[in-house]
Amino acid sequence: MLRILGKVQRIGIITERLSPWDDPALSQVGDRLKAAVGERFRGSLAIRQVDAGSCNGCELEIQALNNPYYGIERFGVHFVASPRHADMLLVTGPVSRHMEEALRRVHAATPDPKLVIAIGDCGANGGEFGVSYACAGPVSKVVPVDAVITGCPPTPLDLMRGILEAIGARKDCRSFVQV
Amino acid sequence: MKRFAWLDAFLGRLVAEDVMVREQPAVPALAPARTISVDADHWGKLGQAAKNWGCRWVACWGEDRGEHFQVHTCFEKDRGYLLARTDVRRLTPILPSHAPYFAAADRAERHLQDLFGIVFGDHPDPRRWIRHQAWKDSEYPLRKDFPLAGHPQPQTPADNDYKFLFAQGSGVYEIPVGPVHASIIEPGHFRFQAVGETVLHLEERLGYVHKGTEKLAEGRDAAGLARLAARVSGDSTVTHGWAACMAMEKAAGLEVPTRALVLRAIMAERERIANHLGDIGAICNDVSFSFAFYQFSRLRELWQRINLEIFGHRLLMDRVIPGGVTVDLVPEAIAAQRAQIRAVRPQLDRLMDIINTSPTVEDRLIGTGKLSHEVAAEFGALGYVGRASGVDLDVRRDSPYAPYDILTVSVPILHGGDVAARVRVRADEIRNSFVLIETLFDKLMPGPTCAPWVPPAPDSHGLGLIEGWRGETLAFVRFADDGRIARYYPRDPSLINWPLLEHLIQENIVPDFPVCNKSVNGSYSGNDL
Repeated sequence: MLRILGKVQRIGIITERLSPWDDPALSQVGDRLKAAVGERFRGSLAIRQVDAGSCNGCELEIQALNNPYYGIERFGVHFVASPRHADMLLVTGPVSRHMEEALRRVHAATPDPKLVIAIGDCGANGGEFGVSYACAGPVSKVVPVDAVITGCPPTPLDLMRGILEAIGARKDCRSFVQV
Repeated sequence: MKRFAWLDAFLGRLVAEDVMVREQPAVPALAPARTISVDADHWGKLGQAAKNWGCRWVACWGEDRGEHFQVHTCFEKDRGYLLARTDVRRLTPILPSHAPYFAAADRAERHLQDLFGIVFGDHPDPRRWIRHQAWKDSEYPLRKDFPLAGHPQPQTPADNDYKFLFAQGSGVYEIPVGPVHASIIEPGHFRFQAVGETVLHLEERLGYVHKGTEKLAEGRDAAGLARLAARVSGDSTVTHGWAACMAMEKAAGLEVPTRALVLRAIMAERERIANHLGDIGAICNDVSFSFAFYQFSRLRELWQRINLEIFGHRLLMDRVIPGGVTVDLVPEAIAAQRAQIRAVRPQLDRLMDIINTSPTVEDRLIGTGKLSHEVAAEFGALGYVGRASGVDLDVRRDSPYAPYDILTVSVPILHGGDVAARVRVRADEIRNSFVLIETLFDKLMPGPTCAPWVPPAPDSHGLGLIEGWRGETLAFVRFADDGRIARYYPRDPSLINWPLLEHLIQENIVPDFPVCNKSVNGSYSGNDL
């Protein structure tokens, strides 16, 4: 136990104020995200992630949002296990036809009002896989999409910025706290 | 022992059993494999003999060759790969199954059944596998007369009528899980039969992320196939990219510059380390040891940032291209990686020491998800899953491809077979990869990083064999007359390792399923293609 505490102490807090190493504008992304989540979701934005056919590259980067560098929970954003608890769906694609119905059901199970973000080039436009006998293509072909975050895969910072922009873009987001 | 020392006696045995078998001339494009062709009627006898001879089943795939379908099966014994092929008539595509002899052949043959319409007459489980409801049972997407677009319905319905194994009895209940899972992972369905907390039986139902990868490859150029291969499974992008490029380069007879090969190996080892770091942390997270989760995800993030800084991509996607690589290393980039290895090495040792001596972790990992050596060897378990159960395989050492032919690859072997053993094997593999990367830096001589692509001869084909972080990874490529891809088949190690999860979960408690699953970490995308 002492060793664990020792290690924790030595490493200290590494969670970053989203620093200028990528883009100077991002240094405020976290604070703006927190403010937006605070204002529009009473401080708590619940996200359900759905892999609707991804190669798993996007999943690796979405998982990274929970590592101590990004620590997305500190902004009030957390991933939940059921769509019934979610305000937002992050959907990676391309939507395989075998996942189509599952995605529709997840969408239906998510309470309104909800935000849907299509993640990655495949989620946004079908990417390397496009539309075929096996793929329905972009997420928007199957469920209504509010925003897209492109990239193959998008980096964790791209994801945070994209989530923030999606919250900002939806005019009716105020209704999230009136229910 | 000399490679293929067993082959003459094996062929003699086949002839003695009246099997129509012909050895084909060895071609460099298929090296290290040797090739035989076998009469379709005798295909079953071949499987039986290979089993009796102690061969390991590696892969099987098909090709639409017009009048007939050509089916290839790859076996391995004592480091010698044997490619057997046969022709099945298009009008009566019936072939004896190898699944009665090799459990690992089961799903791969059902994959062929669903995509080519080949009927394996004596297959013990002829249920559909990769086909759900996206195409009709009278349609076969990998036949050349099936259009890529297919004939989809406006909405593809759910796959409701798959016949799962059914158990009944006092206190037996069923838990359906998925395809959408409770965390940020890929989709698949698991059907548990349980009594109390104990799992009696698990049946996997995969195929949800079938993206038509094999069909999409057809008609692409070499660069286009490399991009697609890089997305067979995002966590293995270097592995599949390299395997596909190796197959294409061998088919084209293209010599890849030494510097490019060393750079590929550095990236492949970096991929191995990144995934092992992330997964050891995730396994600890599944037993609520969040300290280790945060520490390992910290190390993984730092590792990925160096990937971005030096190689230009956090997961190293699209760095491997036909003929070489798109990146080069300047001395400062090597120094930065050396410094990172020096920094991470003692931290890994210290963290593993904490994991190995924490009673709460020990209690959850030791003895959990035990895979016996017998079952692992029977299936030919790959990568860390096999190595933790005493199956001693590693392509880098056993059939070394450049640059591993000039390196010493040590392979950690343990015999516990449980989650704890798989974690320890992976930590040891990280340590070995550190050494390999450091050695590879020393082997990095000045030179070009890419050779110009030369279109291959019509109908040429090639085989790629790579030891990815999940284990032995195979790629088969055939070119059409116009220099475009006629056929691409990637065999991810997950195809072999997925069924092992059904075995190792038995008698474990349902709440230990996530940690057992993570300790195997099969790729859904790599399996479903």
